[in-house]
Amino acid sequence: MIAIVDYGAGNLTSVVKALQHLGEECAVTNDPDIVGRATKWIIPGVGNFKATAPLVNGKLGEVLRTGVDLGNRPLLGICLGLQWMFEGSSEAPELRGLATFSGECTRFSDQVKSPHVGWDSIAVEQRSRLLAGIPSGAYVYFTHSYRAPVCSDTVATCTYEEPFTAAAERGNLFGVQFHPEKSGDAGLQILENFCAL
Amino acid sequence: MHCETLAKRIIACLDVNAGRVVKGIQFEQIRDAGDPAELALAHSQAGADEIVLLDITATAESRNTLLETVRRTARQLFIPFTVGGGIRSLDDAAAVLDCGADKVAMNSAAIADPALITRVAERYGSQAVVVAIDARQRTPTAWEVYVWGGRKQTGIDAKEWAKRAKELGAGEIMLTSMDRDGTKSGFDCPLTRTIATSVRIPVIASGGAGEPHHFVEVFQGGAADAALAASVFHFGLKSVTAIKQELRDAGIPVRPTC
Repeated sequence: MIAIVDYGAGNLTSVVKALQHLGEECAVTNDPDIVGRATKWIIPGVGNFKATAPLVNGKLGEVLRTGVDLGNRPLLGICLGLQWMFEGSSEAPELRGLATFSGECTRFSDQVKSPHVGWDSIAVEQRSRLLAGIPSGAYVYFTHSYRAPVCSDTVATCTYEEPFTAAAERGNLFGVQFHPEKSGDAGLQILENFCAL
Repeated sequence: MHCETLAKRIIACLDVNAGRVVKGIQFEQIRDAGDPAELALAHSQAGADEIVLLDITATAESRNTLLETVRRTARQLFIPFTVGGGIRSLDDAAAVLDCGADKVAMNSAAIADPALITRVAERYGSQAVVVAIDARQRTPTAWEVYVWGGRKQTGIDAKEWAKRAKELGAGEIMLTSMDRDGTKSGFDCPLTRTIATSVRIPVIASGGAGEPHHFVEVFQGGAADAALAASVFHFGLKSVTAIKQELRDAGIPVRPTC
């Protein structure tokens, strides 16, 4: 069973719908016991980095931290979920992220329209289990005002103002800035890859 | 200077009345074009980048019908899906988002109660909030906002309202030219450019699409980020593929249709 961790950041209906379409059993929950029993975790979310506080604090934070340290449970962060897997964000400097990936998230400058909304193409930079079958140049759907920097674990980049991390992975930990649940066939393929891990 | 890859979006709009897709010609004369769930899926498969469902009746009795339509339409749809029409409160917005919509479009209610924009944005994020503006030309450089499906003028300037909506938390503006709606004579490029260059959020141009070159014009001359059309797709006049091919030939970035 896949736990879709509900920490109060946005609407999770679309993620559930996509997993159901793929025939996966999933539960939307913030119950640390249910999260602890799940075989895989998805951390979606949109909105302010401040919203990630419940992922760090209390019993839920403890369960997630322990699982991440063991490294045996596939985790997929989506959008704000990916940003949380970096060290932090200038959006809420007082909070720390999971720090799986190195660097801080920052806002797009005034030089471009922000949020970055719409279908944009990604460049696949390294071999990736999550992006298996996804060619460089594939279009996926983004909607975000902050972006994660390119780091050594970046497997795909997107360029808007400058290159940023579109997807990153290390071991069983994966993150995507775009919304696979809203990215048509390419997005469903990525979710299927994750479910098949 | 990097190559711009963010695709210009082609959005298919379904105007829905009592659970069926219809399309008005200049907000009157309505024709039936079928089942919303079926049409949304067909548009998605044909390469539309996004689907908008507008409930054009939005009376109290039609709310439950609408929610069921939204649920059915969302089930098979894995591209962005916006629902508008009759969203007057945070609860109305929550109901359609819970049924599987990704964004809500608000028009008359946002004019009557601008704080509603902020309430929905605070709860669901600005990416879920589209402010729809129906505008009619008043002078060569000014357009007035209309509400109630184009039946009531407000005296509010469209550009000023777009800027205010952005400040209040709107993530996108859906801008309909009432002068062009249903005419198939092309988008209102001066209106679109005026709004698109005054707000730093995406602007969706609507009203007037009839030919593929109209889309080229609104992206180049109108500075639109996305363009929306309804009847142009429903009645098979022009396929999304043909429109995207024309855009690609003009050097405009688009998402490939397959």
